[in-house]
Amino acid sequence: MKDYFLKFWQGLWTIAIGMKVTFKHLFVPAVTIQYPTEKPELPERERNRLYVNMDDCIGCLQCERACPVDCIEIETVKAVPGEDLGKTSNGKKKALWVTKFDIDIAKCCYCQLCVFPCPTECIYMTDVYEFSEYERDNLIYDFVTLTPEEREEKKKNYEEFLAKKEAEKAEAARKKAEEAAKAKQEEKKEDKKEETKPEDKPKDKEE
Amino acid sequence: MMYDWLYNLTGSEILAAVIQSLLPLFLFILPFALFAVLLERKVSAHMQDRLGPMRVGYHGILQTVADIIKLVQKEDIIARDNDKLFFNLSPLIVFMGSYAAFAVIPFSSVFLGSNIDLGLIFIVAVTGLVVAGILMGGWASNNKYSLLGAMRSAAQIISYEIPTMMIIIVVIMLTGTLNLYTMSEWQTSYFWNWLIFGGPGFGLAKFILIPFMMMSALILFISTLAEVNPTPFDIPEAESELVSGYHTEYSGMKFAMFFLAEYANMFAVSAILSALFFGGFQSPFGYLGNLFNVPALIPFEQFFWFTAKGIFFVFVQMWLRWTLPRFRVDQLMTFCWKYLIPFAFVILIIVGLITVLL
Ligand code: SF4
Ligand code: SF4
Repeated sequence: MKDYFLKFWQGLWTIAIGMKVTFKHLFVPAVTIQYPTEKPELPERERNRLYVNMDDCIGCLQCERACPVDCIEIETVKAVPGEDLGKTSNGKKKALWVTKFDIDIAKCCYCQLCVFPCPTECIYMTDVYEFSEYERDNLIYDFVTLTPEEREEKKKNYEEFLAKKEAEKAEAARKKAEEAAKAKQEEKKEDKKEETKPEDKPKDKEE
Repeated sequence: MMYDWLYNLTGSEILAAVIQSLLPLFLFILPFALFAVLLERKVSAHMQDRLGPMRVGYHGILQTVADIIKLVQKEDIIARDNDKLFFNLSPLIVFMGSYAAFAVIPFSSVFLGSNIDLGLIFIVAVTGLVVAGILMGGWASNNKYSLLGAMRSAAQIISYEIPTMMIIIVVIMLTGTLNLYTMSEWQTSYFWNWLIFGGPGFGLAKFILIPFMMMSALILFISTLAEVNPTPFDIPEAESELVSGYHTEYSGMKFAMFFLAEYANMFAVSAILSALFFGGFQSPFGYLGNLFNVPALIPFEQFFWFTAKGIFFVFVQMWLRWTLPRFRVDQLMTFCWKYLIPFAFVILIIVGLITVLL
């Protein structure tokens, strides 16, 4: 019997305590952050959208190799002699045109692994986290600063340069061959012991 | 009275009756439901240190209006295997049941639907209709969750009807009337004349009665609370177990009707509690109309006090809802049969003895 009344009383009393707690919380200021109008302060080392400062990028592909999901795609073209690409902010000389630098941010898992290997610290995380898109293709970010024509031009330049070099090389090789042939003809007139010498020389070069 | 006034205005009995019966709906229940839903959200939010709706209108005051507009637009889905007739009838019956209770609730000395002598019994009888509606809806939905919810609801409402009736009998013994209007008039002038403080008069009986009256007010509050299914008693709806209980299958306007009925019920129950124990529409401190000699002011003041008391108890219900977790079914039954009914019964006997002896 005593137990019965005790239980009844305890029930009422504990409900009263609970109600006191909830009533107090009525007047506690809300912790809500009203998101689009008010933004939370992000921690210092938050990882959000990547940004690449192309002025500093030397096209070394370190970030591409580091990425675990392969969402960075870089293509580079060597600069032709005479073109000056300038220097990066920490004094490295740039030698490559970056003609393609795509980050598929839809695939990116924000692991930040691409950030550390960069020798010029030009790829880094920003505090932008609102970048939803209606089209998935819009999430492939192109960081290259060159216009498409310029990219073509750089490629063409390099190809032309290569072709020219090739031509020069071929020319040089032909001349060399001619000279060699000439020399051979001249050598034929000389002693037979010395005939083996020109044949040995190319072998040494290959080694 | 309202009816005579409307009769004089329109000159037709039928028109006056129709207008009068629609008045509480448009003047009171709909605005109240809009307000109560918002209040509920705000109260729950602030109790959990949140803000609640903030976007629609200043601090979200138009949120429920926007919700109603959305609900009206929604498609009314009826599953293939539903029992169409009863499925469609159920929300109507539930709404009718809770709306009919407003017919006898005295909002003020002039704004009162029907001044019938069996007011209290009428309310109890008519809210019994709600159980039938809920059971009907749950069964016709052809869904196990709905059926379970409806069964639990019926069991719960029927069990808790017993302590409610006992306390009502206690009140009837003291006041000697079933008419809610006379009951409110009886507890007139100042708040120490309210039934919770022993009713009018300054006899020995009044002071003996006070603890028992407080207990019975508490019991009435708890048992009527159980009949409208808010959280400590929301076993019929139990979102975590039954999806949404008996109205799982309902959508659009029919769901809105269940919703409206629930909030109308919340107020009806609070109104009964305040009419029985807290002086109904009577002001606790006398009237400004009497003070300044403007009798026309009094009905408005009474209306204000009545809604204020009602909304206060609705607030207490919400407060409890966001404080307590849900009962288990066995706890629910234990609480009713082992605690509320014996207590109500003892109070019934003691108050009976007091009224006879003193
Ligand atoms: S953050 Fe990770 S996933 Fe994203 S681009 Fe860098 S390495 Fe790839
Ligand atoms: S690691 Fe840095 S410098 Fe190298 S390609 Fe990536 S962004 Fe450019």
